[in-house]
Amino acid sequence: MGVKLLLEKANVPGIRTYDVYRREGGYATAEKALKEMTIESIVEEVKKSGLRGRGGAGFPAGMKWSFIAKPEGVPRHLVCNADESEPGTFKDRYLMEFLPHLLLEGLLISSFALGSNDTYIYIRGEYAWVADILEEAIVEATKNGWLGKNILGTGFDCMIHVHRGAGAYICGEETALIESLEGKRGNPRIKPPFPAIQGLWMRPTVVNNVETLAAVVPIIKMGGDEYAKIGVGRSTGTKLISACGNINKPGVYEIDMTISVEDFIYSDEYCGGIANGKRLKACIPGGSSVPILPANLLLKTAKGETRYMNYESLSDGGFATGSMMGSGGFIILDEDQCIVKNTLTLARFYRHESCGQCSPCREGTGWMEKILQKIESGKGEVSDIDLLWDIQRKIEGNTICPLGDAAAWPVAAAIRHFRDEFEWHIHNRALSQTSNFGLQHYADPIHVPA
Amino acid sequence: MSEQTLFKVTVDNITIEVPAGTTILQAARQIGGAVAPPAMCYYSKLQGSGGKCRTCLVEVFKGSEKDPRPMPKLVASCRTTVMDGMEVKNITSEKVVDARAGIVEFLLLNHPLDCPICDQAGECHLQDLSFEHGKSSTRYEFQRRTFKKHDLGKHIQLHMTRCILCYRCVFTADQLTNKRAHGILDRGDHAEIATHIEKSLDNEFIGNVIDVCPVGALTDKTFRFKNRVWFLKPMDAHRDCPTCSGRVTLWNRGDEVYRVTARKDEWGEIEDTPEGKPGWICNTCRFDKKQTTDWVVEGPREISRHSVIAQGHYAGNIGTTKPTETFAAINDGRSPHLLMDIHSESEVNQPNVHLGENEGPSNGATFNNNINNA
Repeated sequence: MGVKLLLEKANVPGIRTYDVYRREGGYATAEKALKEMTIESIVEEVKKSGLRGRGGAGFPAGMKWSFIAKPEGVPRHLVCNADESEPGTFKDRYLMEFLPHLLLEGLLISSFALGSNDTYIYIRGEYAWVADILEEAIVEATKNGWLGKNILGTGFDCMIHVHRGAGAYICGEETALIESLEGKRGNPRIKPPFPAIQGLWMRPTVVNNVETLAAVVPIIKMGGDEYAKIGVGRSTGTKLISACGNINKPGVYEIDMTISVEDFIYSDEYCGGIANGKRLKACIPGGSSVPILPANLLLKTAKGETRYMNYESLSDGGFATGSMMGSGGFIILDEDQCIVKNTLTLARFYRHESCGQCSPCREGTGWMEKILQKIESGKGEVSDIDLLWDIQRKIEGNTICPLGDAAAWPVAAAIRHFRDEFEWHIHNRALSQTSNFGLQHYADPIHVPA
Repeated sequence: MSEQTLFKVTVDNITIEVPAGTTILQAARQIGGAVAPPAMCYYSKLQGSGGKCRTCLVEVFKGSEKDPRPMPKLVASCRTTVMDGMEVKNITSEKVVDARAGIVEFLLLNHPLDCPICDQAGECHLQDLSFEHGKSSTRYEFQRRTFKKHDLGKHIQLHMTRCILCYRCVFTADQLTNKRAHGILDRGDHAEIATHIEKSLDNEFIGNVIDVCPVGALTDKTFRFKNRVWFLKPMDAHRDCPTCSGRVTLWNRGDEVYRVTARKDEWGEIEDTPEGKPGWICNTCRFDKKQTTDWVVEGPREISRHSVIAQGHYAGNIGTTKPTETFAAINDGRSPHLLMDIHSESEVNQPNVHLGENEGPSNGATFNNNINNA
């Protein structure tokens, strides 16, 4: 049994309500932070904890907090990014749905540390019932004096507002989220200036993921140094993984980042193995935008070492033979899944969700989808594979926001690791419409020259 | 004001000193020539424009004197300010040339390429861009995206299929009019410029969206299909206008005014008035004053040589001076021969006939006479 910090109390009946949460020791950490700690010491603890942003990029949260500009007389804001729209990721929903007060407590401590009197939760529109839960929790917390004016007599005012998005994936990008929050079209801004200097209403703003902000509670509770002891290397603390796909036990799991990928997939405590006795073909380990990995590279790195569920190990080998931790959306594909179709599904998603602001992403995502559709429907040419590769190369890195990269990486990785499956689709046009390429050699270890 | 800090920046090995806060693109434009990156969405007179089309991407291979690390990605030069000692590669960088060719391909992907019937042809930035940085063929083999036509009122025609979504017209409406009536609907490659719902654009400065549009998406209804821009003579003119600066370019053919636009500089942007304000013009000047008598004509307009509109105009101090040389002066007493001496090759013509000695144009009789004489 691994360490549980966030989901420790998730199974307590009625933990969603304030009374039960408080009885289980909730808000004690907030009281400690507000009454006994200074702003600097809270930021220092978060820095010491080595907490990395849980939204996907893995940027150290303490460092992000220390970048915030503090001009005189200008209000600062904390924004909680609950616009969890990455296909395969649903950890924040779980957290907010079952432990709304944990998030509020984390928000309160973080708001205090950042000096934010108006804190916003930007929640995905589709999570309508979760937003209701949060709003209820905010009412309860306000009634009990944890939000509002002069909290605990410290003179600190803080109000948390829930803002519902309208269902655009791009609004999960922090600057697009800020634009949307301001009531504008959710187009990412051009950086610099970064939100820490000019964010919401041109005021210094920190945007953090739900899980990151919730993790502030255990950090303050146990101290940054203690928190940093959990996990390995620069991957400290615990991480929520939302596992889905062809596994026996899909769900949200809290792991402490020392567990191997093989254990995570096959142990009964977590995913419980591949469903229906099939074999593992591939995995997208961190939400749909990260590169897909074939089974042989997933369980072992290219050097033949065991791959672990943490930031460093998953990205070992770069994009050539590795992937990314991303947002923790762990998608398993078994031997019956078609990589071309899977790539097409992802390409269609990114085409639909591109904001259309900058040309490579706007035009390139649509083009890639059309070519993949052509290959998938048995009309592809061999030259289409090279064309796809060239298109993704011209999108990646040339766009305003990371959506262009996110659209390019899955296509690049699919071609890199599964090129023979694409070629099989092209050479066996009729067959590819009725049967599947199957597993072929992907589960076998690859030979890596010394 | 205290003394302005000057930053040294090197673009394609040419060093220039610019005030702090200048963008790489503006610095490169000060150097001029091929060093200046192309820009489809950036418009210096519109705040917040730029960064979207990605044609102006450059490689920064030395960040600054203090921090000489190169920037990891190509950066949009229109929105990146220079640092002291920054070194930038534009056309000397293979990465940039490659990326730019990709951008041009993306921009042309859904463009209808209906230049032969497009009013913008000849002064279209996308034409110039694809001519300078693009490839001659496309790898796109699917149906191009098309849109239903939107009616934008009596002055402006919108051809959404030609649009490259540069957002310039949106910024123009935001910054020149008190209430913007059009904007971008939808997202991704189905995003479109539209009014919500079917309103007409009637603000008295809204005509400027035609001038800022880099392609033929927004065109002047009073000029549509009337003429090709390269047949027209641009003339600087002004009138005493109560609402705008009244400084315009008339596009004439003979004595007839075909269209009126604001004056544009060599980057295709609105010129400043002598007072230093952008010279936007009002709808009355643009759409209604189509008589030469409405205007005080200042003289022929200088047109940059790169444009096809310059065809038929003279370079330099253009238009005002016709060539003064005469044929006699150029010949300098020599009598010209035909450049290619076909007589030695041909049986029909007589090699012994010296056309230079012939008075008046030669014809069959000239040769027949010679034959008879022989």
